[in-house]
Amino acid sequence: MSTKRAKTTASVGSKGKDPKESESSAGSVAVHGHPDDICPLTLTSATQELFGCRYDGDVTRDNPYKILRKEDILQDLRNRAAVSDFSPVKQLVLAYPEDELLLVYDRDFIYGSSFYLVLTVEGKDRHLMPIVAEVGEEALEREPSDVFAAQKTPEPRPWISLGSEQEIEEESVTDSRPRVKTPKCYEISRVRRAFGAPVFFSDRNAAETKDGFIECTPYQDKIFSLKQMERHCGVQAIPNCNSSSTQTPWTYPKNMCTQYEPREFSKEEKENCLQSEELKHFISLAVSRLEVAIQQNEIADVFFDDWKALSEDDGGYAGKADSHLKEYQSFTDLHFSQEKTISNISWHPTISGVIAVAMTERLSFEDRINASTKLLLNPSLILFWSFSDPINPQLLLECPDDVFSFEFCPSDPNIIVGSCMNGQVVLWDISAHVERLQGTRSSDTRDNETSVVRYCAVSSIEHGHKAPVTDIQWLPETFEVSRMGVPMENKSGMCVQIVTCAPDCCLMFWDIRAPRVAFQNMADQRKQKVEEKPLENPDGVPNTFKHLNLTWKPLFRVCPRLVNIPAIHSPNWGLNGSQTPNLFSDNLFFLPQDGELVYTDWKLEKDDSGRLFSVKPSHRFTIHDGLVNTVRRSPFFKDIVLTVGGWTFAIWKEGVMNGPIIHSSCSQRKCTVGYWSQSRPAVFYIGKEDGNLEVWDLLEKTHEPSQTQNITTAPITCIKPWIISSKQHLLAVSDHLGTLHILEIPWTLRSPCSNEKLSVNKYFEKEVDRLVYFDKRREMRTKEKKNMDAEELRKKMVRQRSQISKWILIIICLVGTYSVVKYIPGKLYFFLTYLD
Amino acid sequence: MAEVEETLKRIQTHKGVIGTIVVNAEGIPIRTTLDNSATVQYAGLLHQLTMKARSTVRDIDPQNDLTFLRIRSKKHEIMAAPDKEYMLIVIQNPSEQPQD
Repeated sequence: MSTKRAKTTASVGSKGKDPKESESSAGSVAVHGHPDDICPLTLTSATQELFGCRYDGDVTRDNPYKILRKEDILQDLRNRAAVSDFSPVKQLVLAYPEDELLLVYDRDFIYGSSFYLVLTVEGKDRHLMPIVAEVGEEALEREPSDVFAAQKTPEPRPWISLGSEQEIEEESVTDSRPRVKTPKCYEISRVRRAFGAPVFFSDRNAAETKDGFIECTPYQDKIFSLKQMERHCGVQAIPNCNSSSTQTPWTYPKNMCTQYEPREFSKEEKENCLQSEELKHFISLAVSRLEVAIQQNEIADVFFDDWKALSEDDGGYAGKADSHLKEYQSFTDLHFSQEKTISNISWHPTISGVIAVAMTERLSFEDRINASTKLLLNPSLILFWSFSDPINPQLLLECPDDVFSFEFCPSDPNIIVGSCMNGQVVLWDISAHVERLQGTRSSDTRDNETSVVRYCAVSSIEHGHKAPVTDIQWLPETFEVSRMGVPMENKSGMCVQIVTCAPDCCLMFWDIRAPRVAFQNMADQRKQKVEEKPLENPDGVPNTFKHLNLTWKPLFRVCPRLVNIPAIHSPNWGLNGSQTPNLFSDNLFFLPQDGELVYTDWKLEKDDSGRLFSVKPSHRFTIHDGLVNTVRRSPFFKDIVLTVGGWTFAIWKEGVMNGPIIHSSCSQRKCTVGYWSQSRPAVFYIGKEDGNLEVWDLLEKTHEPSQTQNITTAPITCIKPWIISSKQHLLAVSDHLGTLHILEIPWTLRSPCSNEKLSVNKYFEKEVDRLVYFDKRREMRTKEKKNMDAEELRKKMVRQRSQISKWILIIICLVGTYSVVKYIPGKLYFFLTYLD
Repeated sequence: MAEVEETLKRIQTHKGVIGTIVVNAEGIPIRTTLDNSATVQYAGLLHQLTMKARSTVRDIDPQNDLTFLRIRSKKHEIMAAPDKEYMLIVIQNPSEQPQD
């Protein structure tokens, strides 16, 4: 306020004064134009002279400051009272604490007057300070180092609160009341009686008294359903992902192939290499190593397992001691096998434990004729025995006549074909009774009566054999023969063809399928139809082979052209089922009745006129001195055949036509039958006339059987081994009395030794070599003999001539005494020349 | 040349030796006693196998090197003696087991 007044009242008394430079930027610029702590004044010249602040004299532009004494100002005031220039500021001067006031010459009339008075000490200092600062600044320019030393550190000043500590004070925790200090404690007291007194507790129901308990019931807190408005989450920057795809064009698949051949050196290059020094060097180095290795191998085979090789021959508990054929079971039927003998045995191929036996009469031909009427009433039978029932046969097959040989069909065991004494071939079908045969293993025999099955087809009498059919065989299922006798492949996979032979020098092929109705008379057809109606299943015979019954003709027949037409006994060939027609061995052995063995090709050939005829037999051998009754191929070797006849047996190898490779010595008794063992390649069985069974082991002894065992008193008629399981091998032996013996083959006879087949093969080869050698020697010997004979003859001739000449000499001497010489001069000369 | 021939013949006449082949570093047969197709087959296959065996030995110990390779099979034994430039292969049938 005072400044406002000062502004208005202050007059411009100092016109000519130099205007001051306003250094008053040091002070803050007040709203009113000048700061509060200065007061513009106008001083008259009298006052100026008084105080010594005349323009351009005491106070100049450069030095606008003048210090005035307070007492002087007060004196002036007292002297001139209201006229004094200082009268407006009188109170201020009086209030001024210090003795000296600052008067500043305001030349430029910044504050409206020529002078102004600084009213506060701070102002005074401020005004004076800039001068010093200015002076200081000038000094700075001249000497900066001095200024740094002269700079003052800021002094701490009291903190001026601007209201920022309010929040902190609100948040900070302070004691609302002073804490209880230790001297001022709380006192708790109790009656002394109650110290250590027993305490008794009692229950109190909380619901009795009001406010006995305080319940904190749950309530839905709204805070829990607060939504989180903010959440921290991390963000990671990744490069841009791009997915793209392409499709390769699918061109058609092409066949591609590369052909290459190995690199090779030419001859010259090889020579070069071989000559090179490096090679020599290398060889000398390498060979030393190699020789060591080779010699190692020569000495011993290090990888050979001796332990294993040692343990091959260990067998059952009994070891080698038990090589006896043990009797397992024996079958005789009281009803049917009296006065009869067994001609053939056959095991059932699929049902184990079932064996079939053909019974025939034990009569010679004449007796047969005599007793023919009786025989007609007693039909011949084939008996089926099962192991579970040794007394009653399971099944009986009725035959038109005595059956010499019969076979189960390998592909369908329900079909049985048999060959009869009257030249007929018979077929049975036992499909209806198979369950009975199979079920006999379980002991359920409700009906004790044995069922009789009648034959369902029989061959026509005029087209069949003219002699008892002695042997019959099925052709293997992959094989069949056409009408022309050409072997072909059988596509049906079933055995359909049979071969039979008889002593009428004929070998016949039969087919069990219905004959093709290529051309058949209407009459025949009608007849057949008529015949079929009434003959519907008489005796429960199945209709399987109705088409063949009584009209069955052989497919074709082979009659080998033998020179002196002996009878054919029983050919037998081992047909390997897996052979293709190309490999079918079309050679077979015939056994004519006089102990001869014929080896020939059965294929029919065309002669010049186009007719089919059989080829002449290629080889004939007379080895056995009796009727040859067995020809059997070995199951292990396709070209080894065993023949048994008379008192000997022989083993042949196909291809070796010189003779048998093994021919046994004559035994005491006639050999009746022989069969190879099915599990050991070197073993075969020979049955004898006295009921002995001989076991021959070619690897053990070849001059006598390794074992002989007496089975029965009658001659053995048939031997057939069979493998039931790997532990049980059985041998069926039938004798002339009609009894069937089943023997069990011991372990030594049924398990082969190591490399047995190889050894036996080697043995046979050795024998073949021996034969060849002997033949050669024989030839040599004959040649030698011939030579020797020729020599002899010549020598004899020479001797004879010499003898004659001797006699002539004597005569001449005698004659020479007489003059016969004249008469016979020519002769004399002749003799003389002859003597020379 | 004669020495080489003589040595090779000596090896060939050992008991059980079936064939002898001399092969160069690339597996091309130089001299052989077997027929061509068998030679080429043996040479190619054994060359590869020897390379592999050698690299195996040297991987395990670089100071080491393959000196001899023997392959025993059921029927016979193949022996290979490799070298820097050549390789000698011998096929032998070791002593057979005695027959019954």
